[in-house]
Parts: sequence; C-alpha cells; structure tokens
Amino acid sequence: MAHHELDTPVSEAQIRALRVNDTVTLQRTLFGIRDATQIHLFDRGRTTRFDLRGHAVIHTAPNVKKVDKSPEHPAGYAPVCIGTTTSDRMERFTRPLMEQNGVRIIIGKGGLRDESLRAFSDLGGVYLAIVGGTAALETTWIEQIEDVDLDDLNPESLWRFRIRDFGPLLVAMDSHGGSLYREVQKDSASRRAAVLAGLGVKA
Amino acid sequence: MKVDLQSVEDAAKELYIRALKVLPPDIKQGFARLDASETAPTAKRVLGTMLTNIRVAEDTDNLLCQDTGVPIYNVWIGRDVDVDGPALKQAVRRGCERATREYPLRSSVVHPLTRKNDHTSCGIEVPVIHIDFSDTAEQLEIEMIPKGSGSENNSFLKMAIPAEGIDAIKAFVVDCVLAAGGKTCPPTIVGVGLGGTSDLAVALAKRAATRELGTACADPDGAALEKQLSAAVNQLGVGPQGLGGDSTAFAVQIELAATHITMNPIAVNMQCHSARRARATLTPQGVSYGF
Repeated sequence: MAHHELDTPVSEAQIRALRVNDTVTLQRTLFGIRDATQIHLFDRGRTTRFDLRGHAVIHTAPNVKKVDKSPEHPAGYAPVCIGTTTSDRMERFTRPLMEQNGVRIIIGKGGLRDESLRAFSDLGGVYLAIVGGTAALETTWIEQIEDVDLDDLNPESLWRFRIRDFGPLLVAMDSHGGSLYREVQKDSASRRAAVLAGLGVKA
Repeated sequence: MKVDLQSVEDAAKELYIRALKVLPPDIKQGFARLDASETAPTAKRVLGTMLTNIRVAEDTDNLLCQDTGVPIYNVWIGRDVDVDGPALKQAVRRGCERATREYPLRSSVVHPLTRKNDHTSCGIEVPVIHIDFSDTAEQLEIEMIPKGSGSENNSFLKMAIPAEGIDAIKAFVVDCVLAAGGKTCPPTIVGVGLGGTSDLAVALAKRAATRELGTACADPDGAALEKQLSAAVNQLGVGPQGLGGDSTAFAVQIELAATHITMNPIAVNMQCHSARRARATLTPQGVSYGF
C-alpha cells in the first residue's frame, strides 16, 4: 500500500509499478473527458489536437464560467465546480482511448469492467478511484483550465486542466489483473444467500 | 393569499443553487451515524473524504457535486391560496433557467434524441414540476431536488405477481442494490415504491428516495419492512463508492399505495450520498428557506 507522486505524462514502467490499494497524487496536467467526447472520438471519427500519450483522463463534465481570455484563463473558461461522473457507462472506450490516444491513467468513480481490466493489463494502464460526489474538494486541486478542444460538445468538451496535488487517489484497478471492484462484487454476491435467508426469504 | 409570481421565480432560482450547496441536516446526521459504525479502513477513508467535501463546499461557497442533475420542483398549494396555475409553472421554469444562466450552472439537460443542450437546464417537460395540495392555510411550498444521474441511472421496476409475495420485494431490493454496486455513489438512500400501477410505483420510489432521513413510512407494515431491509442491505458489503464496507445505504425507505388483486409492483429508485434538497415556504409574511 505504497503512495506514489506522479507528474504527468507518465511512462509504462511507472504505471506497472502501481498495485491495487496503493495511492497516487498527480501533478501538472489532467484531461477531462466524458460520454459525448468519446462517442464523437470513437464512433463518429473525430480527432483531437491534444497529445494524450502517457496522460491521465478524468471522467468529468465541469461547471464552468465563460470569461474573456487572459493569462489566468487562457481557454476563456474559469472553473466553477469540477467533479467526477460514473465510469461504467464509458467502459467500451477504455481500449481505444489507450490504443489510439496512448492514455495510461483513467480517473473515475464506481469502477470499470473486465474488458477495461484486460486493456490495462495488455497496454499498461491503471484506474484511479476518486470519491464521487466530492467535487467541491476536487475543484480545489485544479489550478486552471488551460485549454479546451471539441468545445461544441460543451460541457462534454475535451478539457485540459492544470492540477496541483490532485489526490490522494486510490489505485482500484491495476495492470496486473487486480480490481478492487471485482473483489467487492464477488464478496457481495457470496453474501446474497445469507442476507436473503436473514430476511426470511425462501430459497 | 395572492401568490406573487416574481417571488416564485426568484425562489425557484434560489432553491436550485441552495440545494446544490448545502446538504440537509438529516443527511449530515446520516453521515455521522455511518462514520461512527463503519469498520472497513478504506470505507472509513472514503466517508472521511465525503465529510471533508461537505465542509469545503460550505467554506468555499461551492457546489457539493458537479452534477446539477435533472431539476425537480415539488409544489404544494395550501388552502385559501389564489394562484394562476399555468403562470406558476412558467415562473418555476424561468427561475430554473435563470439559476443556470446567471450562476452559471452546468446544464445537464439534453433532448433525448438529438442530445442537444440548450444550456438552460430546461427542455421538453423539464424541469419536472409536480403540483399537489396541502392542508395548510395561506402557504405555498416549493421543494427543489437536483436528481443526479449516477443514482437515477440505477432505477428498476418489477411487476411481480401476488404468488411471489413479500419475498419478491425483499429479493428485488437486495438484487437492485447489488446490481447498482458503486455506480450510484453509495452510501445511498434506497427508495422503494410498492403497489399502485407501474407509473405510481416508480413515482413512489422517487418520493421514498428523496424523503427526509429518519422519517418512517406512514404505513406500519411498510415501516417494519423499511427497518428489516435497511439492516439487510448493509450486510452486503458493497460499501461507500462500491469499494467495500458496511455503509452501503443510509436507509431503505418505502412508500406504498393500494394495488390490484393480481398485481405486486416493486420499483426502486436510488438517491446518492449527495442527497440534496431545499425548500421554500411562501406565506403572506414573505419567503423562508429550509430543507
């Protein structure tokens, strides 16, 4: 259960060193991505001018305020409230995001499934769990909205955030086949019969 | 009492922003209760982060969660209240749109086919506005609930049959909690709607999921089942965020209605740990805000 401080972008070796139950704090750059962003990238053939190789993406669509472009707000957006959405809906995009764009870290809540776990194992990736519904806190880890692409999809644009001390985040799925979600799901399923028996439900 | 529609519009705006920022006291007490009894170390840390977030939101005057949800307004019109009904609904809608544009909030509302976002938090039939009547004289109450999608996407309906009995209800609730896992942002309030028709059961489940914690189902049999199921779902080990632990749900809450001799409808709707709601009371003395 080691703690890791990582500056993005990261190398495959840095990701392979992470194990479930480790914690990670990220520095520098983080990309925001969501359902519509990935539907347009992977189903509708659109591309991004951002280089995501070795980078971290977070499943998000932020609350932002449109402002004049300035050194403080180079993208013309000020952050209002930035948090994390449920990852499960974006399960099928994990592999293309890694294969086509070189992403190595996905941050989300609620976990991803077995196909993502295989992609993490095959390609060297990791899923970091953030605590969903804690956006006020998360917003304090974001210094600036540096840039934005695919902004016709707003708020589901592709966002580039500058971050500081982003975490600690929990390594919940690693590149060695480890998944805390799968462990919990197995454990919960094994308790079902006893819980129903306790409720007097006839098998 | 003659209702001033500008006050309704202003309240509808204020309520949306208030609901997004400050959790009701019953939910905070629910957190304190779960935090005190949680035994798993990871779960304990997750609950600690949620408690920190509640403080940070209040200290920085920010939204608790980025999900502004689907806006729902529940309106109760008391006795001796003079109000133009259609104009009341328009005033609520204007308030919802103003909150979104003026704060500004993320509009989370899109057309279901084109996925077009008007950036107003409004669209066809949205905000959802329910209008009912109350027994209180000269009073108009408005409750605002921003219903987050992570929990709303885990909504379930089963048209069970009488021969399956209460066992079907118990098994369905347990299976819904297992199916939802960490996707609903647990700890949740598991709302269960029993009886009625299919649509009424679903509406009751939403009412149950957004009911104040610590209150009981008005029907004694429903209240007894709430207690049993509340204890049971927290033995499943799903835990906060689906990462394991004792704190899967604050409670299972039930609302029920009479049903047909051949029917046994069961609906489940979940509310995430950011169980936000706010209330405005309009009287001849003015507007007051609470939960």
